[in-house]
Amino acid sequence: MPPQHPVDLPDSRLAALRGPRPPQPYTARKITALTANPACSRRAVLDAVGIDKALLAQRMGYEPRFGQSPFALAREQAFEALVKWGGYAELIRLLREQLGIPVEEAGVTDLNEVGGDTSLARRVKETRGLLTRLASGSDERLILDRPLLTLEVAGQTAYLAPQALTHRVGGKFYVAEIRSFPAIDGQANPTAVAQTAKQAAVSVLALHRTFEELNLDPEQIAHEFLLICPKDFSNRPYGRLVDLRQELDALRFQLTRLRRADDLALALPPSATLDTDRDVDELDSSVGALDASYTPDCLSFCEMARYCRDEATTCASPTRLGGTVRNTLPGVDSTRTTLAYLDGVHAPGPAEAAAIDRLRAAERLRRLRRGGAA
Amino acid sequence: MSTLAAVAALRATETGRAERLTTVRHTHLDDGPFVLVPLTLAGEACAPLAALAGTDRERPTLLTVRQPRDRAERFRFAERLAALLLPYIDQCRTAETETYTVGRGAEKEERRRLLRAPQLLVPGGEGIAYVRLLGRLTRLRAVEGPYAVDPSVPALGKWLTWFADRAEFTGSCLLQALTRLLSAHWATGQSPAEDSHLASLLAWIDPPDGLTGAQAAREAEDPLRFPPAGPATDVVFDQTLHDLMSRYDEAANGRGREAVGRQIDRELRGQMLPTWELVWRGVDLLRELPEGRHVAERWAYDRRLFSEYAAYLDEDGRPQARRDHAVGAARRLARMEEAMARYDAERAFDDPLVMAEYELSGEAFTGLVVARDEDRFAPGTRPGSMVWRPTITVRSELPVRLTAGKEVKCPARPGQKAEIVEVVPDCEGHTVVIQLNGGFNRVRKPPAPPGTLAEIGETVTYTSVDPKSMPSVLPAEEDTPWTHGGPPKPYEPTAEDAEEIWE
Ligand code: SF4
Repeated sequence: MPPQHPVDLPDSRLAALRGPRPPQPYTARKITALTANPACSRRAVLDAVGIDKALLAQRMGYEPRFGQSPFALAREQAFEALVKWGGYAELIRLLREQLGIPVEEAGVTDLNEVGGDTSLARRVKETRGLLTRLASGSDERLILDRPLLTLEVAGQTAYLAPQALTHRVGGKFYVAEIRSFPAIDGQANPTAVAQTAKQAAVSVLALHRTFEELNLDPEQIAHEFLLICPKDFSNRPYGRLVDLRQELDALRFQLTRLRRADDLALALPPSATLDTDRDVDELDSSVGALDASYTPDCLSFCEMARYCRDEATTCASPTRLGGTVRNTLPGVDSTRTTLAYLDGVHAPGPAEAAAIDRLRAAERLRRLRRGGAA
Repeated sequence: MSTLAAVAALRATETGRAERLTTVRHTHLDDGPFVLVPLTLAGEACAPLAALAGTDRERPTLLTVRQPRDRAERFRFAERLAALLLPYIDQCRTAETETYTVGRGAEKEERRRLLRAPQLLVPGGEGIAYVRLLGRLTRLRAVEGPYAVDPSVPALGKWLTWFADRAEFTGSCLLQALTRLLSAHWATGQSPAEDSHLASLLAWIDPPDGLTGAQAAREAEDPLRFPPAGPATDVVFDQTLHDLMSRYDEAANGRGREAVGRQIDRELRGQMLPTWELVWRGVDLLRELPEGRHVAERWAYDRRLFSEYAAYLDEDGRPQARRDHAVGAARRLARMEEAMARYDAERAFDDPLVMAEYELSGEAFTGLVVARDEDRFAPGTRPGSMVWRPTITVRSELPVRLTAGKEVKCPARPGQKAEIVEVVPDCEGHTVVIQLNGGFNRVRKPPAPPGTLAEIGETVTYTSVDPKSMPSVLPAEEDTPWTHGGPPKPYEPTAEDAEEIWE
């Protein structure tokens, strides 16, 4: 295990890049996005600096197209309320069905507030206190509603609140996530499930770190989580355990990598700035100096995607055409160069020769067989 | 994606226009397809919000749900869609029929199939998923009891489910998504993810004057000009809609309510109309391509399945089960793989540009006939017998990777069996001797009937790919061995299937 508190990060450099605005905290969504494009230094630095990426993109002329529909939001809240309605009856039913334990008598502690206090610090302290008590063998049956966990990410504290955490069941603690996408005939949208699994992995990892800090045995944490979503077209909650081992591995790897975000930032010239109140040209040259690794997938999760896409187009990066085209061009890093090879303007080097030969043969056939196709 | 398609995509980045991937159209396009552009309410499991639908390009029917959270409203939507789609299906059911033969030899049987079948077009792949979900939502509804719906609702559900099931089979044209059709025929200079956006895909294929495909595609991403093709809505639009729906719910009286209701309808129509037009524009572009040779044959198969399902509904009519049983699922998977292999082979036979991919991989070659031996006889299977086996010799400039003994076919003479006798490489290509094992209109000795034997100087293509390769034989469902659980029990709808809890 690497050290848990990278407290001596040279945060001043990151803070200087950020400018006077307060840093944006890490959220579960941001942390999960880290694993979506692991190779991207640009995003790593922007997140470590704590920049509001949506604002940054907008300032540079690329309005990001994300957001949540008021309908979706209302539905989510309504479903979560339903699961917790009537003394958490549905949640307890699902725990009983899925984890096979007698939890009729389970109590619930609502950690959304502690005696009227909703401050993060207070909630974290209370969560930790309860975890210590439960993990040290107390036989109480207690479900924690919105426990608040912390995770150090690149020198910043992220606050994460899974929807529920169960008391030890068969010796293990389980995280539960409530989502409003349906499971129709037992099948939910795989993309949505994968997304939720990534977020649950963040909570589980935070739980691990917390256990280690509290000197509790992390073996008590399940590597599965309980996914709760509506059954078919109804509102009736449905639950299923989902394995998280893969997600946890990916996440751990990403976090170790992120701790080096400050090293990546050191590569920037001293005049660089990411302060969203500064001049667009300054921002552009600073962002441009950070290595990106754009793929078309970025469009679905990263606020910077349209900026990075234009950049990738300008430098004719083959990845912008998607992985399959990219794979037909091993060793070639520009579509323009490839076309120049194909047209015989340049001769490919030995590393590219085989791939170019194949493309040439394909192009020749294409010309010969096109017939009437304009 | 194939290497040829990758080259096409590269060239598209250079020319600024989509590049053709095919020389012909590989899909059936009906003269009067039924187009469906649906929208659903965000956050819900298939809560229909609106649709533009119909077969008349100039006059789409607008269906809207002003309060989609209301269950009764959802099924009223289904009822209204059924009132459009079912008559269209019925028209096809009353069409003329034709005779066709199944099986061969002693098992030969004559059957009849309808000359028309319905064709349903949606904007994109998500539209197909929507058809499946709406089918699932409606086909199991009860027409009596506490949550009774109109009988047209489960009828719609069964048809939609049938369409969605068929859409999983490559080459079936009953339910098609325009983005998939278009990207099967053109390569753009953008990623497949971006190609799933109908407006930007069309921008590459047919950019407006003065713009490159890339520029036009960027403009097409503006949700104000080209709202999402659905069924998911635009987030910003949702805010507008949310406000309107709240006003609708809070309206003081019926007249005020109706006024807001009409405004909701207008907004929804505005969101769908650009997509409606794009779908038809896509249809136009596809129509301009000449139809591939096997297309009619595949459509005839679609018509056959349509006739069979229509007959099944008349005789039995039970809805499709919630889930396929294990035996059914295994059979289905095997059939899907076969459909895919057959479709790939047929496309290659119909289209030299598709065949080029097989040439590149060495499973096909093209060349000039340089010699032929029309009077050749070879030893037959019976001792001492000789059979007529003429040969042709083909020069290919590209290397040939097929070897002696391989059975091959020629798209120009698909009924002719042939086999490679010899492949001789030289410095400028390959010379291949091919023995012809039939396909002479039952003639058994020279001369060959005109046209059945390639002439010297003719360009021919030979390939090991064969669209007529026999499908694997699966035991009938009734004969499922007990080791596999025995014959599966037919699906019986239960009360639970029809029941949903609505809050
Ligand atoms: S969009 Fe840009 S910054 Fe975001 S992950 Fe992709 S490459 Fe990195």
